[in-house]
Amino acid sequence: MINVENLSKSYKDVKALDDISFSVNKGELFGLIGPDGAGKTTLMRILMTLLVPDSGKAKMAGLDVISEYKNIRQLVGYMPGRFSLYQDLSVEENLEFFATVFGTTVAENYELIKDIYVQIEPFKTRLAGKLSGGMKQKLALSCALIHKPEILVLDEPTTGVDAVSRKEFWEMLKHLQQQGITILVSTPYMDEASLCDRVALMQKGRILCIDSPARIVENYTRTLLAVRSNEMHRLISDLRECPQVETAYAFGQFVHVTPKEEDLEAVELERYLLGKKHQNLQVFETNPGIEDVFMGLMAGNE
Amino acid sequence: MKRFFGFVKKEFFHIFRDVRTMIILFGIPIAQLLLFGTVITNEIKDAHLAIYDQSKDEVTREITDKLLSSGYFVLNSYLDNDGDIEAIFKKGKVKEVLVFGPNFGQTLEREGKADVQIIADASDPNVGKLLASYTTGIINDYILKEMGELKMPMQITPEVRMFYNEELESVYMFVPGIMAMILMLISAMMTSISITREKELGTMEILLVSPLRPVQIILGKVAPYLILSVVNAVMILGIGHLVFGVPIHGSWVLLMAESILFILMALCLGILISAVAKNQMVAMFISLVALMLPTILLSGFMFPIENMPVPLQVLSHLMPPRWFIVILKNIMLKGTGFLFVWEETLILIIMAAVFTAIAVKKFKTRLE
Repeated sequence: MINVENLSKSYKDVKALDDISFSVNKGELFGLIGPDGAGKTTLMRILMTLLVPDSGKAKMAGLDVISEYKNIRQLVGYMPGRFSLYQDLSVEENLEFFATVFGTTVAENYELIKDIYVQIEPFKTRLAGKLSGGMKQKLALSCALIHKPEILVLDEPTTGVDAVSRKEFWEMLKHLQQQGITILVSTPYMDEASLCDRVALMQKGRILCIDSPARIVENYTRTLLAVRSNEMHRLISDLRECPQVETAYAFGQFVHVTPKEEDLEAVELERYLLGKKHQNLQVFETNPGIEDVFMGLMAGNE
Repeated sequence: MKRFFGFVKKEFFHIFRDVRTMIILFGIPIAQLLLFGTVITNEIKDAHLAIYDQSKDEVTREITDKLLSSGYFVLNSYLDNDGDIEAIFKKGKVKEVLVFGPNFGQTLEREGKADVQIIADASDPNVGKLLASYTTGIINDYILKEMGELKMPMQITPEVRMFYNEELESVYMFVPGIMAMILMLISAMMTSISITREKELGTMEILLVSPLRPVQIILGKVAPYLILSVVNAVMILGIGHLVFGVPIHGSWVLLMAESILFILMALCLGILISAVAKNQMVAMFISLVALMLPTILLSGFMFPIENMPVPLQVLSHLMPPRWFIVILKNIMLKGTGFLFVWEETLILIIMAAVFTAIAVKKFKTRLE
């Protein structure tokens, strides 16, 4: 459904996109994962026909984003990174406005948005500007869906949304996917990667890897050690000073350590830390999660 | 078409829900009109007058009565000597002192000539000049009427008539000027702000991605302000006509048609500004500095174009309000028809066409 070939785009001296290629299959939930400034928004704007790439080709549903942009605009739904609805219009008025603009009515496509819209329907006379973050996202999603798009493009939809609403939001996306909509979603939260069918990890305008979350983890071969002690903060700085340690990141209650040499044993690291007078130490080898893989890949790309 | 009406409906929601927009649209025009119409005026009423009458005879008393009953002057005090003149001016209230020489009536009768001195406070030169000329006029008038038997040798009396504004009412001048200014302000500033607001809030991104065509977006933005501006034009003309008695001799239809043309021109200018400005602040700044000030200063509304230095006169040709004000005055005060204003009308049409062409060309279907 989405085809990107050798796409590049620069803003003055900054290369926002550097020779990007990937494709998204019909009905797939595809994630673009990466920190701020990775080029996710630029990529999405090119796909949404809002920007013209410097070089390369991109097609949405077989239509070229430059020459056939008018046709694309009929069949895609877009939710920009910022909340981009009219704050001085009520929930209902926003929805009706977007329905009219796309030449349809709320009643006509109500089935598609029903599950989402019922949650905000009790507040339908409230001005959009007075909604909570989670409700705003639901409304924005409803508006993006009101014309029954074939492809849905969502730019960081869960940024600034509470954990519960985030979970709900991903469930809604899954549900939409089941109805045959192709979804391209970007997020800075790596834990959301595992919710996608396939993900592309982006950094500094380049794609580091593309695959299903499970395969990405499978293909990661490096050893990973989990460490914890009474003083987590000092633990991280001590670990980073250790000559045998390549990276050390806090992951929940543990610090995940990637050693420089593959054969660094948990016992050796424990001995080093005991020398630094850490108490209640726990050191053991663990299986990497998708976040560990991304951190490893990104550190390797630096 | 349904899309277009949906868009216009949305625009009206924006306008009616924003208190500031409503104030700019309806509060400011009325306030400005009332202010300019009443406070700022070139006429003088009830100026304080002091009289140093050295003869105190029948003639001086009659002249004094005539002056005081004219409505221009109120008597402040009678003075007794020369020294009081300076003192009373310094107090600030008295704007003019009238000095009758001794034996005024007798001298006048005997020699056909008598001395009266008018001393005006010229710290405000316009007021001073006006007061002096009013006084001279009244005294001459008295002499002519009362002393008609005094055959003065060889006399030419110019009969002055101020056509189209006999009373020299300044409000006749201000109503067309304010109308041009307010229509410019509302049409150009409000449209440019409302378009740049969509850019600023990110909603433009969604509008661009939608199947709405640029023309639909632009027309949808313009239509509500066109309607509101026409309402405003009627309101200004109505207040001018009913409250200040500004005549409308020409046809209302022509007047409204010309107003709509001017509004359209200003709306195109607003779209042009929005294409250049990145945010609301810039749009407002451009509208105020680049449109409002020249409208006030260079359109001939406040200062006569004939008195300007040549470069500014040339520049004033580029000011759309200049032509509109000429059209308004012709239709309202002189009651002329279209044949007398077609040149100005054509200029406005050309300006509107040029602005539209640039605005449409500049409007981007993409983000950059």
